[in-house]
Amino acid sequence: MLYRETGQFKTSYIADQAIFPIRQDRYLAAALLVVAYVAVPILGTEYWLLTIMIPFLVFALAAIGLNILTGYAGQVSLGTGGFMAVGAFATYKITTSFPGLNIVVVFVLAGIITALVGVMFGWPSLRIKGFYLAVATLASQFFLIWMFNKFPWFNNYTASGVISAPPRAVFGHFFVTGAEANPVDKYLFVLTTVVAMAFIAKNLVRGRVGRSWMAIRDMDIAAEIIGIQPLQTKLLAFAISSFYCGISGAMWAFIYTGGVEALAFDIDRSFQILFMIIIGGLGSILGSFLGAAFIVLVPIFLEYTPMSLGLNIPVNYISNMQSMIFGALIVFFLIVEPRGLARLWQTGKEKLRMWPFPY
Amino acid sequence: MEFLDFLQALFVTPFVMMWQNPEFLLEVVIGGLLTGVMYSLVALGFVLIYKASGVFNFAQGTMVLFAALTFVGLLEHGVPVWAAFILTALVMILLAFIIERLVLRPLVNQEPIILFMATIGLSYLLDGFGEIAWGGDVHALDIGIPKEPLVFGGVLVNEFDLCAAAICGVLVAALAVFFQKTSIGRALRAVADDHQAAQSVGIPLKTIWIIVWSVAGIVGLVAGILWGSNLGVQFSLSLVALKALPVLILGGLTSVPGAIVGGLIVGSGEKVAEVFWGPATGGAIEDWFAYALALVFLLFRPQGLFGERIIERV
Amino acid sequence: MSGGKRIGEPILEVRSISLSFGGVRALAEVSLEIRAHEVLAIIGPNGAGKTSMLNVINGFYHPQEGTITFKGRARQRMRPHEAAAQGIARTFQNVALFRGMTTLDNIMTGRLLKMRRNFLWQALHWGPALTEELEHRVFVERIIDFLEIEAIRKTPVGQLPYGLQKRVELGRALAMEPELLLLDEPMAGMNVEEKEDMSRFVLDVNDEFGTTIALIEHDMGVVMDISDRVVVLDYGRKIADGTPGDVRANADVIDAYLGVAHDA
Repeated sequence: MLYRETGQFKTSYIADQAIFPIRQDRYLAAALLVVAYVAVPILGTEYWLLTIMIPFLVFALAAIGLNILTGYAGQVSLGTGGFMAVGAFATYKITTSFPGLNIVVVFVLAGIITALVGVMFGWPSLRIKGFYLAVATLASQFFLIWMFNKFPWFNNYTASGVISAPPRAVFGHFFVTGAEANPVDKYLFVLTTVVAMAFIAKNLVRGRVGRSWMAIRDMDIAAEIIGIQPLQTKLLAFAISSFYCGISGAMWAFIYTGGVEALAFDIDRSFQILFMIIIGGLGSILGSFLGAAFIVLVPIFLEYTPMSLGLNIPVNYISNMQSMIFGALIVFFLIVEPRGLARLWQTGKEKLRMWPFPY
Repeated sequence: MEFLDFLQALFVTPFVMMWQNPEFLLEVVIGGLLTGVMYSLVALGFVLIYKASGVFNFAQGTMVLFAALTFVGLLEHGVPVWAAFILTALVMILLAFIIERLVLRPLVNQEPIILFMATIGLSYLLDGFGEIAWGGDVHALDIGIPKEPLVFGGVLVNEFDLCAAAICGVLVAALAVFFQKTSIGRALRAVADDHQAAQSVGIPLKTIWIIVWSVAGIVGLVAGILWGSNLGVQFSLSLVALKALPVLILGGLTSVPGAIVGGLIVGSGEKVAEVFWGPATGGAIEDWFAYALALVFLLFRPQGLFGERIIERV
Repeated sequence: MSGGKRIGEPILEVRSISLSFGGVRALAEVSLEIRAHEVLAIIGPNGAGKTSMLNVINGFYHPQEGTITFKGRARQRMRPHEAAAQGIARTFQNVALFRGMTTLDNIMTGRLLKMRRNFLWQALHWGPALTEELEHRVFVERIIDFLEIEAIRKTPVGQLPYGLQKRVELGRALAMEPELLLLDEPMAGMNVEEKEDMSRFVLDVNDEFGTTIALIEHDMGVVMDISDRVVVLDYGRKIADGTPGDVRANADVIDAYLGVAHDA
C-alpha cells in the first residue's frame, strides 16, 4: 500500500516521460542523493570511502558505458578493459605533458580520445555480429594492453615501469589525486562525476538516441527501414560507451589506485564489468549501479564471513572459492532472472504496491 | 631516423629474412602448424557443442584444463595411464550430466547470449573448483610421447608434434565417421539444425546434449593431455584455450574442418609473425596476433571460412 | 471505393525488373506502376514474387536488371534507409517490431527520421530536444488514437497478440508520414472482425492523408473491396494489371489462381 500510484495521473507528456514518474520513486531518489552527499562523507570511515564507495562508483560508470554498448545497442563487447586503459594512459600522458591543465579538462580530453579509439575498433561491427563480434572485440582488448606494455612512450620512459598518478587539484586546495588528496574530496568528486554522467546517459537512452540503439539491438534490418543508419548508430554507441569507459579507467587509475598500469585493465577486468551488467540488468542504468554494487560487495562479504563465522580458511582457497561462488551466482542469476537485479527491483516494486496484501 | 628504421623492420627485413633462409621459414611454419593442431583440438570441442546445442561454450578451455588436472592428479596417485584415462573420461561424462541438469535444462529457451554468459560463469566455477581440488602448482605430465627432434631434408621437426598431428587426425576421422555414419550422429546433426523439429521426430534433446558435452569433454581430455605433455599442466592452460576462439572464428563456428584449418592458419600465422616481426616491435605479438587475424578475416567473410552464411529473412 | 478520389500520375514506376537468387528466378522482367493516392493490390499464388517485389522497391533486394523511378528519380539500387528517407514505409509479413520496446516507443521510432535535434541537447533532455520529443509524442498519440491502441501504449510489443502487433506495425509505418506505404499481408492471421478493422484503417489512411498504398493480400474479398487497381504475379511474371473487376474476369488469372471466382 506504501507504493500505491493511485491519484498520480499524468496530465502532460513531460510528466509521463520523467525519469521518475512515480512520486515515491522521486522521494527515494532524492533521499539517496542526500545520503550520498551528506551522510556518507560524514559517517563513513576512510575504509568505506576508499575501498567501497569509490570503486563502486567508478565501476558503475564503466558498467553504464558497457551497458550502452551491449545492453542498449546490442553490440557484445569484451574489450571494456582495453578502453579503460586508454582512458587511464591518455590522462597520464596529457597531464604530464600539460601539468597546468585542470584535471577535469584532462579527464574529458582523455574520454574523447578513448571515444575515438572506440570508434576505430567499432567499425567491424557493421559487418560482424553476435559472438563473432565478441571475439573480434577481444582483438582490441589484447592489442591495447600489449601496446601499453610494450611501448615505453606511454609510461614516459620510467625505468621501473611503474607510474603513479601525479597530484592534481580540482580547484584551489581540493586535491583529488596524489598523496595529499583527502578521501572525502576524492569521494565527492567521483560522486559528482558519476551522478552527472549517469543523468546524461539516462537522458540519452530515453530520447531518440536510445531508441535508435534499441532498434538496432532488437532487429537491425527493421531499423534500417525506419531510416536508421546502422553504421552511424553503432559507431555512436561505441563512441559514447568508450567515452564512459575511458573516464572510468582514468578515475580508476588516478583516484582509486593512484597508479597507472596496464595489468589493471586486462581481460579479467572486461569480464568483471560484463558480469556487472548481466547481474545488474542489460539495458538498464539502474542495473549498472546494482551490478557494480554487487560485484564490489560480494568479495568483501566473502572475505569477512568465514572469519566472522570462526572458520579459518587459507588465503589461496578464498580466491578460488570466490571464483566458484561468482561462477555459480552468474549461472544462478541467469536462470532465475535473466533480466538482472533491475528486473528484480521492478518486480519487488510491483509486490510493494500490494503489500501487505498478497494480491 | 628511428621511425624509418621501424618501417624498414616492419616491411622489408622480415621478407628479406624469409627469402634468405627458406628452410628456417619452413621450420617455423611447420612448427606453427603443429601448434595449430593443438589449437584445433580445443576448437573441436567448441564446434561439437555449438553444432548440437547452439551454445557457445566459453568454458571449453576450462574443461580442457580440468580434464588434464584430473588425469595428472590420478597419475600422481599411482593410477596406471590407461585407467587414469578411462576414469577421467568418466569424470567428464559426469560433468556433462551435471551441466545438462543444472545449467542447460533451466536455460533451455533463453537467447544464445544468456547461454553464452552462463558458460562464462561455468568456466569461473570450474577454474576455482579445479584449483581447490588439485592444487595450483604446475604438474609435469609425461605419458611417454616421444619428444626427439627429427630432421627431414634440412628442416627440423619435433617427434612430439608429429604424434600430436597423428592423434588429432585419428580423432577427427573418428568423429567424422561418428557423425556421418551412426544414427546418433544423425540425431546430433538434426538437433544442430533445429531443436524443435528434432524433438518432434522423437529425438530426446537432453540425452543428445549429454552425449555431445561428454564427447566434447573427452576431446578436451585428449587436448589437455597433449598440451599438458608439452607445457606442463597448469592454470595458464585455460588461457591458451582462449586462443581457440579466433580459431573458431576463422574456421566458422559450425564446421569441424573449419576448426582444423583455422587452427593451422592461426598456429603458423602466429609463429611466423612472432619470429619475423617480433624483434621490430619488442616481441609478444602472439598475445594478440591471432585475434587480429580473425578480425581481418571476419571483415571479408563474416561467417568464417567454412561457417554457414547467416541469411536474414524479412 | 474510390468515388471522388483523385488518382494522380504514377509516383513509382518499375521497369523490367529481374531478380534472381543463385539459380532461382524470383522476378522476371516485371513492370508496373503505382499512381499517386491509389490503393494497389498485388496478388498471386505463393512464391509468385510478391514480397520480392516489395523488397526491391524498398531497397532490400537489388535487382540484376531494370530500373525503379520514384518521384521522378530513377535508380537501380537504393539502401533501405534511403528509401525510408525518400518517403517509402513498409510493414512485413512476419511483423518486424522491436520486441524489447513498448508500443509507444516502437511508434516513436517511426519519427526518428524527423528528429533532428542536436546530440548535446539530447544529453540534457531539455530545451530543443525536449520540445522536439514532445511534438513527436503529440503526433504519435494521434496515430495511437486513430488505430485505437491507447490501452496497450506501454505494453512491450512482444507480449501483444498477433493482430495487435500488426496494428502497431502499421502505426510505426504511419509515423514516418510516408508518401508510399507498402503493406505485406497486413491481414494475415486475422479473423473477420480484425480484417474489417484493418481494412477500415487502410482506407482511412488513404482517404485522410492521401497516402498511396500498395498491399500484398491473399483475401480476395478484401482485395476486391478496398483496392483501386490490382496487379497479378505468377512465377515471377506479371500476368494481369487492371481494375478488380477486370482482373476477376481475366482468364489467365483464373487459371493461375482464382478458382473461387468462377462462381462469383
